[in-house]
Amino acid sequence: MEKITTHTGVGVPLRRSNVDTDQIIPAVYLKRVTRTGFEDALFAAWRSDPSFVLNQEAYSSGSVLVAGPDFGTGSSREHAVWALKDYGFRVVLASRFADIFRGNSGKQGLVAGMVAQEDIELLWKILEAKPGTEVTVDLESRTVHADDVTVPFQIDEYTRWRLMEGLDDIGLTLQNEPDITAFEETRAAWRPKTLPAKHLPKVDIEPARPVS
Amino acid sequence: MAGTLAEKVWEAHLVRQGAEGAPDLLYIDLHLVHEVTSPQAFEGLRLAGRPVRRPDLTIATEDHNTPTLDIDLPIADLTSRTQIDTLRNNAAEFGVRIHSLGDADQGIVHQVGPQLGLTMPGLTVVCGDSHTSTHGAFGALAFGIGTSEVEHVLATQTLPLAPFKTMAITVDGELPPGATSKDIILAIIAKIGTGGGQGYVLEYRGEAIRKLSMEARMTICNMSIEAGARAGMIAPDETTFEYLQGRPHAPEGEDWDAAVEYWKTLRSDDDATFDEEVVLRASDLEPFVTWGTNPGQGLPLSANVPVPADIADEGERVSAERALEYMGLEAGMPLRDVKVDTVFIGSCTNGRIEDLRSVAKVLRGRAKAEDVRVLVVPASARVRLQAEAEGLDVIFKEFGAEWRNAGCSMCLGMNPDQLAPGERAASTSNRNFEGRQGKGGRTHLVSPLVAAATAIRGTLSSLSDLDLEGDVDLTTFDGTPLAPLTAPSFV
Repeated sequence: MEKITTHTGVGVPLRRSNVDTDQIIPAVYLKRVTRTGFEDALFAAWRSDPSFVLNQEAYSSGSVLVAGPDFGTGSSREHAVWALKDYGFRVVLASRFADIFRGNSGKQGLVAGMVAQEDIELLWKILEAKPGTEVTVDLESRTVHADDVTVPFQIDEYTRWRLMEGLDDIGLTLQNEPDITAFEETRAAWRPKTLPAKHLPKVDIEPARPVS
Repeated sequence: MAGTLAEKVWEAHLVRQGAEGAPDLLYIDLHLVHEVTSPQAFEGLRLAGRPVRRPDLTIATEDHNTPTLDIDLPIADLTSRTQIDTLRNNAAEFGVRIHSLGDADQGIVHQVGPQLGLTMPGLTVVCGDSHTSTHGAFGALAFGIGTSEVEHVLATQTLPLAPFKTMAITVDGELPPGATSKDIILAIIAKIGTGGGQGYVLEYRGEAIRKLSMEARMTICNMSIEAGARAGMIAPDETTFEYLQGRPHAPEGEDWDAAVEYWKTLRSDDDATFDEEVVLRASDLEPFVTWGTNPGQGLPLSANVPVPADIADEGERVSAERALEYMGLEAGMPLRDVKVDTVFIGSCTNGRIEDLRSVAKVLRGRAKAEDVRVLVVPASARVRLQAEAEGLDVIFKEFGAEWRNAGCSMCLGMNPDQLAPGERAASTSNRNFEGRQGKGGRTHLVSPLVAAATAIRGTLSSLSDLDLEGDVDLTTFDGTPLAPLTAPSFV
């Protein structure tokens, strides 16, 4: 996971509340075998509407999403975060987030910052008055800056620390790598290894056919 | 301090104790991988530039999506083919051993581990599959994990885990003829409920459990997850050691002696305390079948379908009403009158050689009920080869059953083996959820013996419904190992 202390990018006003994960990415996209390449699936139903905010050129390269309250409700799918990240978003700001979505965001390095609804309204006005305005999000000072406005945001201390250190769950565990190596040296010889492979002799399998 | 079996295995794998309520970091001895829950995990490694830490503790096979017919032809379903190709490419890229379709060691991941001798007492075993609890039959701590955790284990060979509670399930006495380990576990789930095991590691013990073969023990531990438990375990004993000795990856020489010496310590101390205790009498058990749409909705075959109006608890009553509607059953009708369209014999629950032998013994020389489709799907290619070496396939085919290649098959219908809407099955698998075996399909979970008797009569039946002419030795059906029809097998 990349370390993130500050991020600056085009702000996208999404004037909707209760954006659930089915709207962020519909279930039909969950059959894929990849963790990337979900950018086309993001907000799939809305993307066919020419007036949708991401279809307007000034916003299409946006990386800071400013959304209404209760963002990310519904299904727990990790794909919702993957899709936002694949599209290019690094930060989502809203006054409230669904718990699971917020947890998933932290694991995947997407900043989910809680901003008071009146400040969200302020940001929306700026971003709509001057499409393409860049927003700076600073994890150090926990502030959002756009045009001549600076507002605070909240994020839990542990997630903020992990984002600034660039640590995902695996990264955190690997900080204990010496402990893992030390443990491995104590493992008994009888414990199995899959390699080199041992098995009974290879035998040809006759494919079964339907009984005609 | 006195400890339970589960606590002993946990403590032996502590890499780091979690401070102040943080999870412990546990070492994982064996990681089993299949095509459905691994692609995004490998992708995650690739994106982060991480290798698989211990390819030598990892093994992959193809099971969920694999067809059971025409395995030499390209897989027709594109999604399935993509998932399997992805697993093959990932295994090659990350140096993971894989047993692919057509290989003699391909099969359901929970059969492949034990048959290769990789599953042993005292190990921690994980897989991105909830039925990983199967391996607990050897006295291993084995549980299913999600895709993010699969990636975590691939990268670190460890998992951060919160502590669990322990529940002792004691099954005293002897099983009556015609009842099997499947009936024990269905009765346990009906007793404690599908959520009764939540947060617990179950330890099965008692005289009836000790007498079971390894295959029968695997059936019980396999379905621990259907009671909501994190894992199920049985302390290793001579039956376990005998099953393991001589298998390809079993320890040899001094390593074997050292292993057995340690394995003998893997039992709950006499004064160990469990958070919960449940006791069942095996002699009270008879063949069990499910009538509803979760594995806890089960009854003895001699019972009638429940009458929802008689159920006091409102939640259970509504659930029963909905289940009966979906299942197309009349309240109060005898379960023995339920007519089935399909009999499925297979899965990680009951697709092992002992299961196939017991079914073949019942079917031999008998005729299939008309209009009943019977599918026999061995759990692994080796099980199939062994069954063919013993001539079991001939018995199945002469009976009118379809003899297939190995895989998960109709247990979850990810491949073409599915129930049609409204089609009713007696299935030796593990889940009777709505649509599990095919959209609109209706599932009754049963033991292999009930499946066999049902295939003969066409309605839910047990051995006692058959006109037995002395060629089925009922004394061999009490769960003790059946004498092989030929030389010792290694499946």
